Amino acid sequence: MYKVLGKRELNDQVTLLKVEAPFVAKKAEPGQFIIFRIDEQGERVPLTIADFDREEGSVTIIFQKVGKSTVKLGELNIGDSLLDFVGPLGRPSHFGDDVKKAAVIGGGLGTAIAYPQAKKLHSLGVEVTAISGFRNKGLIILEDEVKAVSDKCIITTDDGSNGNKGFVTTALEAEIEAGEKFDLVIAIGPLIMMKFVAQLTKKYGIKTLVSMNPIMVDGTGMCGGCRVTVGGKTKFACVDGPDFDGHEIDFDEAMRRQNVYKKQEDKSLEDHNCKIGLDGGAK
Amino acid sequence: MANKNMAPKKVGMPEQDAKKRALNFYEVALGYTEEMAVEEATRCLDCKHKPCIAGCPVNVQIPEFIQLVADGKFIEGYKKIAETNALPAVCGRVCPQEEQCEELCVRGIKHEPVGIGRLERFVADYAIKHMEAEDIKIEKNGVKIAVIGSGPASLACAGDLAKLGYEVTIFEAFHTPGGVLQYGIPEFRLPKKLVATEIDGLKKLGVEIMTNMVIGKVLTLDELKEMGFQAIFIGTGAGLPKFMNIDGENLNGVYSANEFLTRINLMKAYEFPKYDTPLGQYKRVAVIGGGNVAMDAARSALRLGADHVYIVYRRSEVEMPARNEEIEHAKEEGVEMLLLNNPTKILGTEEGWVKGMEVIKMELGEPDDSGRRRPVEVKGSEFVLDVDAVVVAIGQSPNPLIRDTTKGLKTQSWGGIIVDEETGATNIEGVYAGGDAVTGAATVILAMGAGKVSAAAIDEYVKSKK
Repeated sequence: MYKVLGKRELNDQVTLLKVEAPFVAKKAEPGQFIIFRIDEQGERVPLTIADFDREEGSVTIIFQKVGKSTVKLGELNIGDSLLDFVGPLGRPSHFGDDVKKAAVIGGGLGTAIAYPQAKKLHSLGVEVTAISGFRNKGLIILEDEVKAVSDKCIITTDDGSNGNKGFVTTALEAEIEAGEKFDLVIAIGPLIMMKFVAQLTKKYGIKTLVSMNPIMVDGTGMCGGCRVTVGGKTKFACVDGPDFDGHEIDFDEAMRRQNVYKKQEDKSLEDHNCKIGLDGGAK
Repeated sequence: MANKNMAPKKVGMPEQDAKKRALNFYEVALGYTEEMAVEEATRCLDCKHKPCIAGCPVNVQIPEFIQLVADGKFIEGYKKIAETNALPAVCGRVCPQEEQCEELCVRGIKHEPVGIGRLERFVADYAIKHMEAEDIKIEKNGVKIAVIGSGPASLACAGDLAKLGYEVTIFEAFHTPGGVLQYGIPEFRLPKKLVATEIDGLKKLGVEIMTNMVIGKVLTLDELKEMGFQAIFIGTGAGLPKFMNIDGENLNGVYSANEFLTRINLMKAYEFPKYDTPLGQYKRVAVIGGGNVAMDAARSALRLGADHVYIVYRRSEVEMPARNEEIEHAKEEGVEMLLLNNPTKILGTEEGWVKGMEVIKMELGEPDDSGRRRPVEVKGSEFVLDVDAVVVAIGQSPNPLIRDTTKGLKTQSWGGIIVDEETGATNIEGVYAGGDAVTGAATVILAMGAGKVSAAAIDEYVKSKK
């Protein structure tokens, strides 16, 4: 069992949990992920590692409550436990040795996953421009954290409610056009956002890493459910990734594959919400 | 001793009716009654040369246990098997006895051999039900051994080492131990409760099991050594699925057999939504391949409610690697065999879902390297099979995680770990390996045999260091 040591609601939909997992914490690196299972009936769900504390033996995960498993995960409180928590899985991010200036882009929840990358780059002395995009002001997460590990931090909202209307791509293009010379762009967020960032950076010839988070079962290369097409070849995101060259990914295929179980997932969540309602709001 | 029973055929195995069982996940074969077991046991001639034992990779003293069954001493019969076999209830169900012990049985020369597998299963099930827990006293020697993976090879290795007094810790990547017995072989062939019972038996011998530990990622072999493990056994299996590399393989509704079966067996997708892991409700399923895994996938697809399930295999039935029993069971349940057919591409809808599979007819030509007649395409014979899901069951390669994270570990070009056949020793001192991680996908019992070989070699290695 893996105990919840800390909890923070980052906004209405996004929760941060600090989980006691000393073996995972000891080895975790930015870019890697864990797989959790809430209880005996639970599915195995991959989540990118948002932070880790080797001394405390804790791993931080940040997730959006979008399906039954993440909703249930969000219902856990400090002192509760998860049944399973396995990792660190996947390859750590590899940025290349000669990066001097990087743009780290997070879309919505992707900001949480981009944060450890920004932190790592910052600690390596790389000049970091962080660009985070959200639908509206109320959904902005990790603003202080990201600011602390970046030289410049730009936050956009789709509706302009924070005073800076636009998408991450608009902000990135403006930076590039203003003469910023990035030798690396890291883009993490919804597939559609990563696709458009990759399209933009391809135009400018800037190396771009994206983090894929497809449907998985084992996370160790065994099932092949997480296959993505990279440069025309099939790769397993769990063992070959999750970071890939954004210019090589077949995003349209990835978006399609993301929805294989949409019907069942919706049904599962609906049933769960019904049950909570019937129980008078009790867990 | 009872009189010899010269009946030419084995006592029949009671089974669930084919039509009924094709719709449930309960076990197909129901097992012998006590009377049936005694009757079958008396078919054994207890012959002098005991050829059957040579066919058993874990050296079960077959005639001895069968005589005990004939005398109605079922618990004693079980104990006789358990002396050398850590998983009798598993082996009695999934071993290909027809090409091992039973193939060498003297009774098999003229008629059917003794039903050794069925008797093994009977005594194992009997013991689970009736045997009282015994206090097992093993003197611990304080030497720590790490076993990676918890499939058949690892369990056999861990069991033998624990009996010798070693402090064995198994590291399993999944949340439940058992390896392929858990994620691969379906409930209707091998109930998961039995797997758990057999693993509990190992725990009683003092074996520790740590789940959720992906060795190579969370700990390296060097770190295990630093933690005080004096020897390491790698039994990580063949967990890397092969695909056909044809067009359309990444469409929604295409699965590796590993994924399809893991969702069903380990994650219990057949009990969705009680269990959270989903699997699509497919109506027409093509399973590519002709091995036991293909049969398992096809029969599972039927049980999940498919109207048509096809085995698409490029050779003929004679060349199928699956056990005859599995092929027969699949056919009885309604799996349709498309033999001498080879997929050429998978067709998708605009939204990217499988809508069909193009297949070309084959004919058998000259024998190839494997000695089987090589299938050759019949030009222009392509046709489209109307399916909405495809399961690729054409084999697995060894899982690369340990290989990729262990400097200097020697492996074959196709990924298998290179070992000394006599001992299972790898090129790294104190590190042994066995089972599918070494051979590529093979059988449960061969993996167990390899695990036992390494256990003995590890014992010798540790003693030689003292």
